[in-house]
Amino acid sequence: MGPREIDMLSRVADSLYWMSRYLERADHSARVLESNYNSLLNPAKESRESRWNRITQSLGLDSDLSHNDTPWSLLSFIAQPGNRSSILGSIGSARENASQVREQISSEMWERLNRLYHEVNATSARAEFGSEPLRFLSVFREGTYAFHGVTESTITQGEAWHFIQLGRYIERADGICALLDASFSVSDGADDLDWTGLLTSCSALDAFRKVYTTNLVPEHVIEFLLLNAEFPHTVRYSIERVDSALSAIAEVTFSRHAGRITRMIGKLRSSLAYAQIQEIMMRGLHAYLMQIREQCRALHNAVHEVYVDYRTESVLET
Amino acid sequence: MPAKAPALQNSIGHPFTDYPFLDAFDEMFAAPGHPRPHYSRLYTRLLAQSPEELWRSKQQADVSFLNQGITFTVYGREEGTERIFPHDLLPRVISGAEWEIIERGLKQRVHALNLFLCDVYNERRILKDGIIPGELVYTCSQFRRHMRGVKIPRDIYVSICGTDLIRTPDGNFVVLEDNLRVPSGVSYMLTGRKVMKEIFPMLFHECGVRPIEHYGQVLLSTLRSLTPDGRSNPRVVLLTPGIYNSAYFEHAYLARQMGIELVEGRDLLVHDNIVYMRTTSGLQRVDVIYRRVDDDYLDPLTFRHDSALGAAGVLNAYRAGNVVLANAVGTGVADDKALYAYVPAIIRYYLGEDPVLNNVETLLMTREKERKHVCDNIHRYVVKAVGESGGYGMLIGPHSTRDQQEAFRGRILADPRNYIAQPTLALSTAPCFTDTGRIEPRHVDLRPYVLYGADEISVVPGGLTRVALRKGSLVVNSSQGGGSKDTWVLEK
Repeated sequence: MGPREIDMLSRVADSLYWMSRYLERADHSARVLESNYNSLLNPAKESRESRWNRITQSLGLDSDLSHNDTPWSLLSFIAQPGNRSSILGSIGSARENASQVREQISSEMWERLNRLYHEVNATSARAEFGSEPLRFLSVFREGTYAFHGVTESTITQGEAWHFIQLGRYIERADGICALLDASFSVSDGADDLDWTGLLTSCSALDAFRKVYTTNLVPEHVIEFLLLNAEFPHTVRYSIERVDSALSAIAEVTFSRHAGRITRMIGKLRSSLAYAQIQEIMMRGLHAYLMQIREQCRALHNAVHEVYVDYRTESVLET
Repeated sequence: MPAKAPALQNSIGHPFTDYPFLDAFDEMFAAPGHPRPHYSRLYTRLLAQSPEELWRSKQQADVSFLNQGITFTVYGREEGTERIFPHDLLPRVISGAEWEIIERGLKQRVHALNLFLCDVYNERRILKDGIIPGELVYTCSQFRRHMRGVKIPRDIYVSICGTDLIRTPDGNFVVLEDNLRVPSGVSYMLTGRKVMKEIFPMLFHECGVRPIEHYGQVLLSTLRSLTPDGRSNPRVVLLTPGIYNSAYFEHAYLARQMGIELVEGRDLLVHDNIVYMRTTSGLQRVDVIYRRVDDDYLDPLTFRHDSALGAAGVLNAYRAGNVVLANAVGTGVADDKALYAYVPAIIRYYLGEDPVLNNVETLLMTREKERKHVCDNIHRYVVKAVGESGGYGMLIGPHSTRDQQEAFRGRILADPRNYIAQPTLALSTAPCFTDTGRIEPRHVDLRPYVLYGADEISVVPGGLTRVALRKGSLVVNSSQGGGSKDTWVLEK
């Protein structure tokens, strides 16, 4: 018998998508924390409070944290296992989703993610966290890099892969928008150190310097993180990847309802591809970022309605 | 003929120092210092290893189990609900000759039980001929009247069976229990083997161990062979209750080994008596369901209304012949602990043969004489509730207190149909590497897996050897301190 056509369960697609989103979320938080931890240690012109607010806001936390707490206490808050938006919480959710679809991902992927989960949860990791948070964060990030590497080389780049890509890049686009928004709305008194910190949060400092060899101009930083098409941690790049994942999914599923999604992603893509930074700044960065985030949210909902939670009547009528 | 053992009796500190002999058959030793022939290579190998080396191997195995996520869930515990499956480092070895008998006995038994199920849900000849009291069948909580007269493809009710065997002090294997509903544990057999091959590659090679890795393939062919007529290229799925089920690891593992979809009830949908699954490309028809969900939870329209684990309407689709369930609905009537006592008679009735594997002597509490005898001598018996499994609802007479005995006596008298009694058996022992760093005997049983397809019955050479890791314990269930051992069936 020849190879059979493989259909993907809607529930499985959903779990793969969320596994990937949660992992990206944890990875993003880790990067933001790592770079801000550094800047919190430095004396700065701006008040400690505004830095503090920027971190909590960019990670979507409305925390009870007071800015008088030490950097350590912020980090330990982020690491709380019970807190869903913490790194540990996100890793737990990623693993939970992965365990729902264990037979769909490669055993190497599962083993890597499972090991990462046990590593960050181990008592030793928590003890280390208190004294050497940066080491913890780097262990964690190496783990996620390894997971992505294993993913890249051990699964068929079919539908499952595309849902994984979709989750990862939609989360990334949203995360960078939130970060940019927070950085620029609380930017009074921000200095070079802060802009460097922002780029580092996106692992983008080296790449940025290669493009803009001059001084650090905030507008350049925004332009790079928002509109650069070639660097992986930018909004535009992420949306391009979301687009290719969605077209690949539409192609394999022959979905009659995919047209709606194609229109939405097309609009979003071109709004980034043809945008100019001066224009964006003139009309207001905040509004522009909000609009992109809103479009991501709408896209997320549409994907859910078309591929995951569709009305069965609409399918049976064929 | 026992192999000549190296004369190392006197050497101090070797891992078998003071290996005690209990009142049981020991799998490894015929007498102190004299291993049985099929264990001689393992024995020699172990003598050459220091406790430290064994300890390192044990830790290496633990890490391998944890990283592969080979875990099971313990109900009713807040912390650590997910634990690695306890396992012992030393394999249990079975000779080729012994296996031949086991295999023949299991095939015979499952064959007869399938004929029995077909009969009991259709013509009921065995009841009319007075071999089995009809009352026993109709009072069984697992008897499903919905299955009366339903035509099952090729009359195969039980296609996957895990039979529990024990070895008695005289060295013979006997059947302790048939598991004909949703037997589990096969994934531990397969993953345990993978780990053992990593840890003892050379020993494994030298011993000539028969392979079991093809289990997934045989299971898939078995399931495919049950496809409803006229459906070419059938879609086979595995139905799991979901990730919170204690055997979820196994469900995912098997689905993956077979390359089939792992579905939950919420992925299925029944329309016009056809079962579909929800996919990103729309609804896809399902032909064979390897279901790991109990009858009671399978279909809220027919069985438990509060079940969210099954799919509404699946039983009607099944009765209409549009989908196959493996195992069939209602097979539990044949592994009822009271009916068990009649299995030798069932074999003789349908096959006209004597059983190859015997039963454990079983006293039915519905019979007045036997009930009285057991109530008077309860401290000598193992009493089991017929509807329970997993080692629950059981009294082990010699290890029980007077209060417990009194309580069970009361329960027997209140509901005789629900209890059976068996003499306390000394399960055979096998050497285990314990926490103390020494090798000590522990009680074991054996659960081989039988696959019954339209074309053939097969038993993969091996099985799950369950071991009571607590010293002196006779309970091998994983929920109660039991673990597993890799089971090596030798070529010769």
